[in-house]
Amino acid sequence: MKEDSLLEMRGIYKSFPGVKALQNVDFTLRKGEIHALMGENGAGKSTLIKVLTGVHVKDEGVISLQGKGEVHIHSPQDAQKNGISTVYQEITLCPNLSVAENIYIARGKGGLVSWRSMNKKAQELLDSLGIDVKANQQLASCSIAVQQMVAIARAVDMDCSVLILDEPTSSLDESEVEKLFVLMRQLKERGVGIIFVTHFLDQVYAVCDRITVLRDGQLVGEYEIESLPRIQLVSKMLGKDLDDMADIKGESLPTGDPNSTPVYEAEGLASVEGIGPYNFEIRAGEVNGFTGLLGSGRSESVRAIFGADRVTGGKVKIDGKSVKITKPRQAMAHGIAYLPEDRKRDGIVGDLSVRDNIILALQVKTGFFKPFSKAKATEFADEYIKLLDIKTASVNTPIKSLSGGNQQKVILARWLLTHPKYLILDEPTRGIDVGTKTDIQKLVLKLASEGMCVTFISSETDEMLRTCSRLLVMRDRKLVGELTGDQLTQAAVMNTIAGGEKNAEQQ
Amino acid sequence: MPNNSKVQPPKAPLWARLTKHQIIIPIAALLALALFNLIADPSFFKITLNETSNGNKVLSGNIISIIDSGSELAILALGMTLVTAASGGQDISVGAAIAISGSVMLRVLCGSDSHSATLQAPIIVALLIACLVSMAFGAFNGALVAFFKIQPMVATLILFTAGRSIAAWINNNELPIVNDESFGYFGNYIPGIPIPTPFLIAIVCFIVTWLFMKFTSISLYVQSVGVNEKTSRLNGLNPEFIKLMTYVLLGLCVAIAAFIKVSRISTINYSVIAKDIEMDAILAVALGGNALSGGKFSMSSSVLGAYVIQFLTTTLYKFEVKATALPAYKAVVVILLVVLSAPTVREKLARLGKKLKKSKPAGQAA
Repeated sequence: MKEDSLLEMRGIYKSFPGVKALQNVDFTLRKGEIHALMGENGAGKSTLIKVLTGVHVKDEGVISLQGKGEVHIHSPQDAQKNGISTVYQEITLCPNLSVAENIYIARGKGGLVSWRSMNKKAQELLDSLGIDVKANQQLASCSIAVQQMVAIARAVDMDCSVLILDEPTSSLDESEVEKLFVLMRQLKERGVGIIFVTHFLDQVYAVCDRITVLRDGQLVGEYEIESLPRIQLVSKMLGKDLDDMADIKGESLPTGDPNSTPVYEAEGLASVEGIGPYNFEIRAGEVNGFTGLLGSGRSESVRAIFGADRVTGGKVKIDGKSVKITKPRQAMAHGIAYLPEDRKRDGIVGDLSVRDNIILALQVKTGFFKPFSKAKATEFADEYIKLLDIKTASVNTPIKSLSGGNQQKVILARWLLTHPKYLILDEPTRGIDVGTKTDIQKLVLKLASEGMCVTFISSETDEMLRTCSRLLVMRDRKLVGELTGDQLTQAAVMNTIAGGEKNAEQQ
Repeated sequence: MPNNSKVQPPKAPLWARLTKHQIIIPIAALLALALFNLIADPSFFKITLNETSNGNKVLSGNIISIIDSGSELAILALGMTLVTAASGGQDISVGAAIAISGSVMLRVLCGSDSHSATLQAPIIVALLIACLVSMAFGAFNGALVAFFKIQPMVATLILFTAGRSIAAWINNNELPIVNDESFGYFGNYIPGIPIPTPFLIAIVCFIVTWLFMKFTSISLYVQSVGVNEKTSRLNGLNPEFIKLMTYVLLGLCVAIAAFIKVSRISTINYSVIAKDIEMDAILAVALGGNALSGGKFSMSSSVLGAYVIQFLTTTLYKFEVKATALPAYKAVVVILLVVLSAPTVREKLARLGKKLKKSKPAGQAA
């Protein structure tokens, strides 16, 4: 074992029935470094983390820790005893307890607790880490970001030397992510080794020192961050050259015919969520997008279009004809499709099969008394499984057992099956692997070229700049700007979001 | 299916598919009960053709008694399955609702004179009115659950508590008796047909349900709403309406069950009729392997679950367990069944089975 390494994993093997999840994987974590673990979905990141945290037991291989030599980790408790702590994407704390209670829960020696000293100790810990929260505050009243930091504080206080952050930033907005990074850097100064699992390339380059890339359960390599430009990282994760990505960039952006009648047109649209009133239109063949910080109202804007939230005002025209859309059903009848932001909550019907999930929207559109036969439904499902390259064991597999990217494709299939005129995609690429992200962007452009119009929302601005010909910028639930043509640059978007251009204000 | 020979995976053998399906639970329970009776007393399965007092030749025997007395429960299980799947909760007022429905039926048939010699209205009219009333009460329950988002058990507790008094009030607290012989046919035997009528009614209900599920999307809609209400709404469904509908359909099942119940004795006892049947109906759904928290369901499993319960009751009667002690015995068996069919236990058993297979791969049949 090298002197400066905190953790070494050598020759790790792990298989599940039918899958070789890890094959001869090495991983080294040094003292005081932030180490990104990258790979597409199914590359083996989660399995490696789970082997390290004792959720899975490795088939073969050696895990050694600094000062301890080889260790055997058979349960999460073993991992914790060895100073390995994990903070997951989903908060695993108790929201109804206070911050201090959450930090010290299940760690007391006996039944007696001194609340005052516990609160005091917790406050000192939080202050030392620069987390701006009161120890006696109820956890549920803190933002997700603070909750995550409390989870980290808890881990740190348990004398952890290895901290694993599994997709901690997925539900945070940019300023919150920045705060998290400050905390991560501080821990790094203290000599903690951090393993950072994320899908966001920007974040990797903002905070990490090294990157280990996995692909198909095998180690691709370990790299210093400076020696691996972004484009190469992506190509290593995908295992192919990046002509694909370049393809997208080269094409001219789909604007549609500016003289045609808008497919969808809204005047003074407002919803119960405090959106608007705002004006909006989209033409056949056009791809546009809403951008803004998390919580700026970009999702709520499209939800108003689809009638997902109660609409409180506005005139809507489809193909130039006045219509009323107050319910998703009506929007669907007019050929609008909406892929929601929160896949788990609003998108999938978890226990149901891939087939049922694919036909759901079309079945509702077709009607209660005209059910598809099982054969017909299977035919539909098979067609789209093939078209979108959905990886599933069969059409009968429950959708919840698919990977995130494939779940997203199933929901996309559901809406494409209804042959919409206007497709709304709210964060279709969140939390899914790079390969699928590229697939989805390409698909959007292809659909537009076939005459569909698409509204595309993503928290990754460069993704939107690659696909949208018009960006509507939201701030504090108001439409504050509209960017087209030459204005479509990262800088201009940031500027508008930040409020630089006052004159871009909508009437 | 024409030219569908492409990627279809080879179908697993029937047995393998069956063991994975939830229907294995009630089937296994039925087989176990049958086996028990076969060993204890093979004459349990004897069916004879007897003549009744009015010269009617009918089949009789324990099996006949099971399919006869299990009818109401099996019919209720149909509706209860839908309610459970859509709303993730159960209707505990079905027993009380049967009392109301039966009372309405007798009120219509007997008119104001509780002992009238002739029917005051055709039976079909009485049945239809009872159906409407029962569905209205179902809608009341459903509205509380769907629109006011009250826990199903709490919402239906209202009717559970008040139902039997309402039933008594409908007939001014009298116990009307139907003197027309033909009314009794539906709960007993139709002259010339040796099979108990309740079973025939149940079969008709199963077929209608099967057709309803085949020719409408109810199964997909109900399951979708039960699994994820938010998603269902965004896909154009109206979750409130669908939940309401399941309660109304259960109301219909209640009316039919009540029809059989009052026809059996041509009268009613408000405090005793269909007592505790709600618990058996819920149990039937659970024994069918359906999650009581809603979502996916299998109708046929629930129906089999209902007959498992009846099989169990009849077996216990056969062994002369006293009526007062019956629930205790039943409870023991039910605990066993429910524990064995719990997902965690099934998983453990499956793993155990695998281990056994691994340890002696030669001797074991695959």
